[in-house]
Amino acid sequence: MKANLVLRTPFWVFTGALAVIFLFPVVWTAVSSVSPQAGTSQSDGWGFANYVSLSHYQAGIWRYLANSALVSGLTVVLTLGISLLGGYAFARFRFPGRNALFLLTLAILMVPYATLLIPLYVLLNQLGLQNSLVGVALVLTVFQLPFSTFMMRISFESIPRELDEAAMVDGCTSFGVLWRVLIPAVKPGLITVGLFAFLAAWNDFLAPLILINDSNRFTLPLAVSNMRGQVQGVVDYGATEAGVMVLALPCIVLFLLLQRHYVRGFMSGALKG
Amino acid sequence: MSGSDWPLLSGDQGVNLPENYQQAVSNRFFVDSVIFTLKYTVITTALLTGLGLGLALLVQQSTRWKGLLRTAFLIPSALGLASASLLFYVLYSPLAGPLAPVMNHFGASFLGTPNAALASTVFLIVWRYAGFYMLLMLVGLQGIPTDVFEAAWVDGATRWQTFRRITLPLLRPTLALTTVLSVTGSLLAFEQFYILTKGGPDNSTITIVELIYNVAFQGQNDLGVAAALSVMVVLALVAINVLQLRAVRRTDEN
Repeated sequence: MKANLVLRTPFWVFTGALAVIFLFPVVWTAVSSVSPQAGTSQSDGWGFANYVSLSHYQAGIWRYLANSALVSGLTVVLTLGISLLGGYAFARFRFPGRNALFLLTLAILMVPYATLLIPLYVLLNQLGLQNSLVGVALVLTVFQLPFSTFMMRISFESIPRELDEAAMVDGCTSFGVLWRVLIPAVKPGLITVGLFAFLAAWNDFLAPLILINDSNRFTLPLAVSNMRGQVQGVVDYGATEAGVMVLALPCIVLFLLLQRHYVRGFMSGALKG
Repeated sequence: MSGSDWPLLSGDQGVNLPENYQQAVSNRFFVDSVIFTLKYTVITTALLTGLGLGLALLVQQSTRWKGLLRTAFLIPSALGLASASLLFYVLYSPLAGPLAPVMNHFGASFLGTPNAALASTVFLIVWRYAGFYMLLMLVGLQGIPTDVFEAAWVDGATRWQTFRRITLPLLRPTLALTTVLSVTGSLLAFEQFYILTKGGPDNSTITIVELIYNVAFQGQNDLGVAAALSVMVVLALVAINVLQLRAVRRTDEN
């Protein structure tokens, strides 16, 4: 036991140091966003002045938070709805073109998002969705679909068919089966899909950057990024730190709560890889 | 679109076929950005694959401590790339960063020279994605049946032999997946450079996607040329991915 302890100590020190490297940037930002620093709104004493100055930036933090929440919420709802019905259809029904359609959905993965944005910019203009948060949410949803449809298909396929059949015998329609029996059974899959959609939409930078040009409709990452260097060319590092924390906090909290589901998403995706 | 004269504000102005591609290739930053993007891709892919595998081996067994470690490594992956870039923007700043006094003392800076800027960005990316690749590697490692390792142990193989002769070959599908993901991701790098370096210093860190963005929305406002660039990037990506998969398959046959 003693020899084991001697052997294990370097291991603990080494892995502990690694963990510190990974956690340090986040912790440091969190601490310094409320700590006194020259050149920020919080120049002496501890407090939340950086957050206050963040909240007064242009249209106000609440506006950007609301924009981000709208985009993320809409993306999550759309992704959940489409992948739920899509996954159900792919898993339970045989229809002509089923495999082709599924492949087509997965093919979205092949197209690099960054190179598509310029045609998308023009297309959304033609649809009258330029400069609109709904347009951003639609684009983000499309890029969530391959993973989420795949995930929901696996979730449905892992449920024994006898369950549907029993419900059918009891007089359920296929929508009834989905609603009453299957949705409770695929809930873990739905949580995974929703979590991934939220993280992607909340954090996305490129789509709003290109598709939105009215600063009142900026999402939070865009607003925080633009905030640097707009106050007479001087970067307000304190407010940027506060902005990063506002951006990161929901993600970290959700991640810690739902870590099991996050890992599950990788298991299903990578196993087929 | 890539064949049309298409300014940002006035829309489609008719065919402009070879010129768009000629203009795209002769852009002042085209060659530099291609070289820079390739360099960046090679560095990040090597680092992420190596580190991902290393971390995965480190936390493979499930004990309470290793579970905590996994969570610690994964937390950066929950942050968005944009938030992570902003975070490091402050961290690297010569005014507010925690290492600023030390760096100022030595007259060095994180983003001041081309090489330092590249290294700093690579560190940010490795920090953000190492946990993600660790997770992929863990999944791959779990797919290897334990009796193979037991057989090796019975045969008296050392740890290093087991790793070289058993773990690595059996992990090849996962390694293929991670390199394809990392190469594709790095070739399309944008946010980290857009936020952290703005392409500087001296336009040394312009990636291809950044070039597309600049051509389309900053200065030239030429969607046609930008689309031509995009088409070239897609073709190059497809070619690179096919080559990679073929290379993996060839080693499979040997």
